Amino acid sequence: MAEATASSISKPVKTPAPRASAWRDILNTLTIPVLAIFTALIVSGFIIAFTAPTVLTLLPNFWEHPFQLIGAMWDTVITAYAALLQGAFGDWGAILAGFQEWIATGDATDLFRALRDPFESLVAATPYIFTGLAVAVGFKGGLFNIGVEGQLFAGAIASAWVGFNIEGLPWFIHLPLALLAGLLAGAVWAGIAGVLKATRGVNEVINTIMLNYIMFLFTDWLLSESGPMRGSAGAPRTPEIYPSAYLPRVLPDPVRFHWGFFLAVGAVFFVYWFLWKTTVGFEIRTVGASPTAAKYAGIAVGRIFVLTMGLSGSLAGLAGANELLGLNHYMVAAFSPGYGFDAIALALLGKSNPFGVLASALLFGALRNGATRMQSLASVPVDIISVMQALIIAFIAAPEIVRWIYRLRVPTQKEQEVFARGWGG
Amino acid sequence: MIGMVATSVMRKASDLAQQQRWIVGGVIVVVGLLCVWFFGFQAPADAVSKYRFSGGGDPIQLPTLELPTATTNLILSLLLIAFGIYHLVRGLKNSAVLFGVVAFLLLAIFLTWSIRGASLNMTGLLESTLIRSIPFLLGALSGIMCERSGIINIAIEGMMLTAAFVSVIVGAFTDNLWLGLAAGVVSGALIAGVHAVFSIRFKVDQIISGTVINIFAVGMTNFLNLRWLTVNQELNDSGTFAKVPIPILSQIPVLGTILFNQIVLVYVALLLMFFVNFLLFQTRWGLRTRAVGEHPKAADTLGVDVFKIRYINVIFAGMLAALGGAFLTLGSVGRFDKLMTNGRGFIALAAMIFGNWNPFGAFGASLLFGFMDSLQLKLQILTSVIPSEFLLMAPYLATMVVLAGVVGRVRPPAAEGVPYEKQ
Repeated sequence: MAEATASSISKPVKTPAPRASAWRDILNTLTIPVLAIFTALIVSGFIIAFTAPTVLTLLPNFWEHPFQLIGAMWDTVITAYAALLQGAFGDWGAILAGFQEWIATGDATDLFRALRDPFESLVAATPYIFTGLAVAVGFKGGLFNIGVEGQLFAGAIASAWVGFNIEGLPWFIHLPLALLAGLLAGAVWAGIAGVLKATRGVNEVINTIMLNYIMFLFTDWLLSESGPMRGSAGAPRTPEIYPSAYLPRVLPDPVRFHWGFFLAVGAVFFVYWFLWKTTVGFEIRTVGASPTAAKYAGIAVGRIFVLTMGLSGSLAGLAGANELLGLNHYMVAAFSPGYGFDAIALALLGKSNPFGVLASALLFGALRNGATRMQSLASVPVDIISVMQALIIAFIAAPEIVRWIYRLRVPTQKEQEVFARGWGG
Repeated sequence: MIGMVATSVMRKASDLAQQQRWIVGGVIVVVGLLCVWFFGFQAPADAVSKYRFSGGGDPIQLPTLELPTATTNLILSLLLIAFGIYHLVRGLKNSAVLFGVVAFLLLAIFLTWSIRGASLNMTGLLESTLIRSIPFLLGALSGIMCERSGIINIAIEGMMLTAAFVSVIVGAFTDNLWLGLAAGVVSGALIAGVHAVFSIRFKVDQIISGTVINIFAVGMTNFLNLRWLTVNQELNDSGTFAKVPIPILSQIPVLGTILFNQIVLVYVALLLMFFVNFLLFQTRWGLRTRAVGEHPKAADTLGVDVFKIRYINVIFAGMLAALGGAFLTLGSVGRFDKLMTNGRGFIALAAMIFGNWNPFGAFGASLLFGFMDSLQLKLQILTSVIPSEFLLMAPYLATMVVLAGVVGRVRPPAAEGVPYEKQ
């Protein structure tokens, strides 16, 4: 019964579907995201082609040799996307060869070397799952947390501190402690914006952005020459954490896949349970649907704002802790390639649903990993994936464009989250 | 029954206000006492802080203000305490005054302490304050034009970044700064056009649409920067506008240097401030804009074309933000650096809110942020006590403090963020 009320509030305009099968439902929900990704890839392909130096040099004599130009564009895009695919999903020929060698000789070195690439996509997906959940939880509570990147840094700093300062603990105490420190640091840093919203009514968007800049500068200071967390290595980084705080790897070197991935998947189920099966989760979603209605229903809206922000920040903090304890083992200034910023696109793509976030995170992980390979093999700057993400969000936010391109019919309207409520004046 | 509830709510509210007054007043007094102890008694007894007002080459030399550090700070700190006590007992209604006085006193104390045994060129500080406030001002004007017509513009940052990039490349490629500027402004208009189409035609959530633009601008400028500028360094060197002193006026001591010996963009920005104010409050267009931002349905009923007004305002806003972005490159360094706007677009939004969506108010806030920005630069040179990273935080912290202090006392346009559905 409680569940029925919950879903009726979260989807106030749900009209009874005209006896559509479950499969058609799934297909309908997937159509726009899939087409959005596809279209974004095409548009990015044109951007890659038209900005390539080889293409630009051919541009002046387009009228004399039009096919030369088109050929050059085609080559550029195919090289780039082939590198992207190979980076994202690995070289299956090499994997097969490695596997045969392992069967024949018992030597698995080549196999694991070949397996590194595809697993690297999962390694990149891990922080994406956490940060995507962080943004999604905010969305569900009607808050737009753009500060996930800063909260990720806060989490990484805190868990690094626990990791290299406490010695001699067994791993089953040290590791959870380090994770907890990261979680709390993220929650506190995000909580500032939550408290300011609850008590002073300040819109969280500007504040979380400001908190980002402050956290980046704070990190710079910690790692600067006179900073308190600088290690002895002579570079701007912290000392290495003790192995008792490592998130262990699942497979032997050089595969970097670690247990953090399973932790992230656990977080997906936790967030689902928390938001849809608990009273507090119900309150969060009610506030997200309409703060005014929630207030009249007797929900302490301010408390929910702080709580939502804290939960969102703790997930972001876990993303940082996870990266630090599982991969780097020390903190550097350029700690994240933008996992927190990419998470906005990711949460929108996953429609703020934990399982949707999981699927999008796997995709984004592959994309990020593949783009790194694309930069080294085809010298296409990795930043093109930010452009892709912007396009994906645009197409998802304005599905009319996608429907117009592909001549799709307009489905029954579904409820959308609203953030543009002004600056809280 | 309803009356009882209302009185209890009101009593609660007034209790809360009183409680808040005590907390704020108490904090000011405590901070004042700390200032007495640290910046007054702890300062070396014989140290002198010198404020200079004239440069070496100025025709009219003004005397240097020499203040004994410890005594000056004692007096300023006692003033701060007195002010805190006044707020505790009587309560100040106007939070802008409260904030302004406290901020001014604290900055004066801190500055006097920082330059003990040294001298500070005040004219230089104020000049760089004005220069550094220009991008905030233009960004805030952009926000005002947009939001007065009911469209939230969180994409100022992205518009500025794009224009900064485009203006450098075109400026360097054509070897003409004005063409670079024009191209930058056009790029801002184009991006704003996208924001307008998304928010007005497709009714996309305006915060999402703005975020899309910001992410796109960051990705695109980083991408092209790596792809084009790192290999062709000469494309990333546009040169900068030269200063144009205004005859006679630029000879006035202090004021002449600050106001009348600047590049053209500074004059343009200040004129645009007056223009936007005139446009919004003295013209038919402004009246319609504000009507559309407050109550689009009523405006529509009276025959105002809501969509047209919004489209034109958003695109004009994009051009204003673009000017601010071009100012960062063509107006100061002449080259593009990755992510060089550094959150200025968002700080401009805070300036807009602080100024209650009025051009002059926004300029006041821009000056404050510009002052914080130039102060941290000066202090990095003057003092080594505070790590530069913390000084760099100043504009961001100031933004948060300003927002926390002012929101709730300002009133945004009523229809802001709500897509208009034509019946």
